[in-house]
Amino acid sequence: MTTYIVRRLLTAIPTLILISMVIFGILALAPGDPLGQFAANPDVPPEVRQNILHQMGLDEPIPIRYVKWATSWIAGNWGYSFASRTPVAGLLLQRLPTDLWVIGLAYLAAILIAVPVGVISAVKQYSLLDQIATTSAFIGYSLPTFFTGIVLIIVFSVRLRWLPFIYNVQVHDPVGMVKQAVMPIAVLALFNSAALTRFVRSSMLDNVGQDYVRTARAKGLEQRRVIVRHVLRNGLIPVVTLLALGLPAVFTGAVVTEQIFRVPGIGSLLISSIQNSDTPVVMAVTFTYAILVVLFNLVADVIYGVLDPRIRYG
Amino acid sequence: MQRDDIRKLLKDHRTHRLTRRQVVTRMGELGLSLGAIWTVLDRAIALPARAAAGGRGSQGTLKLLYWQAPTIVNPHLANGTKDYHASRIVLEPLLTADAAGNLSPALAAEVPSRQNGGVSADGRSVTYKLKQGVKWADGRPFTSDDVLFTYQYVINKQTASTTYAQYQNIAKVEPSDAYTVKITFKEPTPFWYLGFVGAYGMIVPRHALDAYIGSNARNAPFNMKSFGTGPYKVETFRPGDLVVYSMNEYYRDPNKPAFSQVQMKGGGDAVSAARAVLETGEYDYAWNLQVEWPVLDHMVAAGKGSLLTVAGGGVEALYLNHTDPNKDVDGQRSSLKAPHPFWSDLKVRQAFAMAADRATMAKELYGGAGDASSNVLTTPSKYYSKNTKVVFNLEQANRQLDEAGWKKGPDGIREKGGVKLQMTYVTSVNTLRQKEQQIVKNGFGQIGANVTLQSVDAGTFFSSSPGNNDTIAHFYRDVEMFTDSFGIVPVSYMEQFYSGDPMRDIAQKENNWSGQNLCRWQNKDFNALYDQGVKELDPQKNTAAWIKANDIVIDQVAVIPLIDRKSVSARVKTLDTAGNLSPFDADTRNIADWRRTG
Repeated sequence: MTTYIVRRLLTAIPTLILISMVIFGILALAPGDPLGQFAANPDVPPEVRQNILHQMGLDEPIPIRYVKWATSWIAGNWGYSFASRTPVAGLLLQRLPTDLWVIGLAYLAAILIAVPVGVISAVKQYSLLDQIATTSAFIGYSLPTFFTGIVLIIVFSVRLRWLPFIYNVQVHDPVGMVKQAVMPIAVLALFNSAALTRFVRSSMLDNVGQDYVRTARAKGLEQRRVIVRHVLRNGLIPVVTLLALGLPAVFTGAVVTEQIFRVPGIGSLLISSIQNSDTPVVMAVTFTYAILVVLFNLVADVIYGVLDPRIRYG
Repeated sequence: MQRDDIRKLLKDHRTHRLTRRQVVTRMGELGLSLGAIWTVLDRAIALPARAAAGGRGSQGTLKLLYWQAPTIVNPHLANGTKDYHASRIVLEPLLTADAAGNLSPALAAEVPSRQNGGVSADGRSVTYKLKQGVKWADGRPFTSDDVLFTYQYVINKQTASTTYAQYQNIAKVEPSDAYTVKITFKEPTPFWYLGFVGAYGMIVPRHALDAYIGSNARNAPFNMKSFGTGPYKVETFRPGDLVVYSMNEYYRDPNKPAFSQVQMKGGGDAVSAARAVLETGEYDYAWNLQVEWPVLDHMVAAGKGSLLTVAGGGVEALYLNHTDPNKDVDGQRSSLKAPHPFWSDLKVRQAFAMAADRATMAKELYGGAGDASSNVLTTPSKYYSKNTKVVFNLEQANRQLDEAGWKKGPDGIREKGGVKLQMTYVTSVNTLRQKEQQIVKNGFGQIGANVTLQSVDAGTFFSSSPGNNDTIAHFYRDVEMFTDSFGIVPVSYMEQFYSGDPMRDIAQKENNWSGQNLCRWQNKDFNALYDQGVKELDPQKNTAAWIKANDIVIDQVAVIPLIDRKSVSARVKTLDTAGNLSPFDADTRNIADWRRTG
């Protein structure tokens, strides 16, 4: 197992280098510059803009800029944002707590909804509960988050005035924090749990038809024990690996919801940096995401190997 | 004595310097009984506290919503208008200007003029007398040395400040004593009020930024936590999200500001920002609502808030390409060597100027946010020419084109000498602009032109990359549409029609498309008037020169102006913003005067 992990980590390094080159190349070749806001403002004439771009190092050839970025990244310096002229690492760390609170919690909520519903759906296949769960899953998956988000805003904020719809990090009292987090978490949980429910259900169905289940029932074990103690454990193996693969999405995956509710997470930082052509920030976020994806792929494979005795890595 | 101690304790409690527990303990030490303490704290009737109803800090938190989030609170390193607004809550210039362009003092004691000797008769210098006794938010005094430092900071090329152009004409800044400073210009100028005025002129403290001039500017802690002579200072700043301001204890007016805290939240889009103020009242003020008028109108009908508008948001115009965008000469299109096949004919330009239905555009799309405009130079209002008119007359346009020899072919498209009136018309991606395009295409179609509509993402359209063919500077189309914004002096705005030095002024490959003249129009009479307007010291003659320059642009149809846009903001009904809007300064310029009514 150790050799396997070491081998995977070693092959990850050239993968990540290649990924960083591709992302950097795309960003450097993309049109737009950080001072686009001033293009139709004659008080900031082209010479001034050119000077600023020169000070930012944006008029150097792309390979040189890449090498500069890569060497400072390895040294631990993630660069300076063009928009805020402050270190990028600071910007990311500032947003991380909110990200984990809202999106992490939504992911957790999705799991807590999907697993029980998926299990019950599988056990009572084709019953009324199963039909309802399946339909809700399809609806939740098909409706885009910006639609559900706006519907929730109009119902709960504008009409009923129960909940605020603009997320404010300055709110510290528990009731206020819950009130403003409810809608974004609901939107995300609905969307994420949809696919997960179906997956749990099909994984459980694979197992419920197995011989060992028949043996367990023949032994006289009650249904509940059979499901929870035996079937669920086996059925959850692929689900756990899927969850491990989905974890990096907590880092950047809720862009639309963050925009609608103005949640200051890393997804909205990514979008606004792309729109402002703030290359250092975009590089930091996307490259970190790439590292997390590669890492969690490895984690998922290792977990699978640990949980399932039939799999052994050489 | 005890009274003063108690008053000070109350003040400290209010401004959150001490917790309630600390205040109670100290009051106990002063000899107050528990009953007295609770009475004093909760009802404040024992002592006439200064901050009881109507005084400084008595009205709680003010919440502002900006759909473009501020990313820096140092105005000289700003990336966009929102950063000026965020900084303006904290910092002040020497003078500010209202919607009509009238100057009024902010940090200056009075507005310099010829009469009071502030402005020299030969246009070479201006002397400011500064307000005395003004302190920075850390207690140190504001002096003329800070004005000198601001100039040194901005003018250093490696600081890479975005306000640089306003200070280019300054030769030296000389403080003659702590409260007087003389500014001398390189060239005599009638526009002495370019630097140190409005959003681009905020004075920054030497003691905070001295070590951060030049390439070190980006490391200054001041960029993330600025403080100034204004009514507030930055408490916490999350770039791209939220700025929280607390009161400046040393602010010169003891009864202001009314609000003890300001929160400026950013992000999202303009429509939901309007909703947050006008429909749910979650926020008190929203800036720059570039939203279609019918949508805004519907929200205002809810009755919770009202709109604030001010003219001077810029003129949305159709820029005609006076060169041929489809011919490649020496590796570039839209080259000066290839005049445009039909826009170079004045009669054609005049005919099409009559075929753009500005009135419908203004009424249906802009509503209260814009007026049909017959001029390119509209702001400040003294430059608005009365010699031009908005004309929409399709018959006259058709007749003029017939007379000029452009005959309609079998497909309805006019042609002459093998040249057809086919054109590409491009603007940025924006639902409002796409609707404007439809109106223009309709009108142009009715006089025999074939118009192909295109739209380019705003980030690309407005970028300055030399390698990108879709920028407004490259202008590789026949017509493009966008809004150029105004400054307090017309020089920079009118530069887009100037061609005194074509190699420098006209956007082309040789200058990396950095020339300001995008429509590639050249006119000697305009150049002469521009040169006069830059130098003429007599105010009457100066204004007349600019008006005449505008008239030439309109008569010769260099561009077709469409809408004189207004800036629109929204406030809840209970917030009084004391006439804050101005096209030459931030919405937050008078935030010390804002208060809640009822």
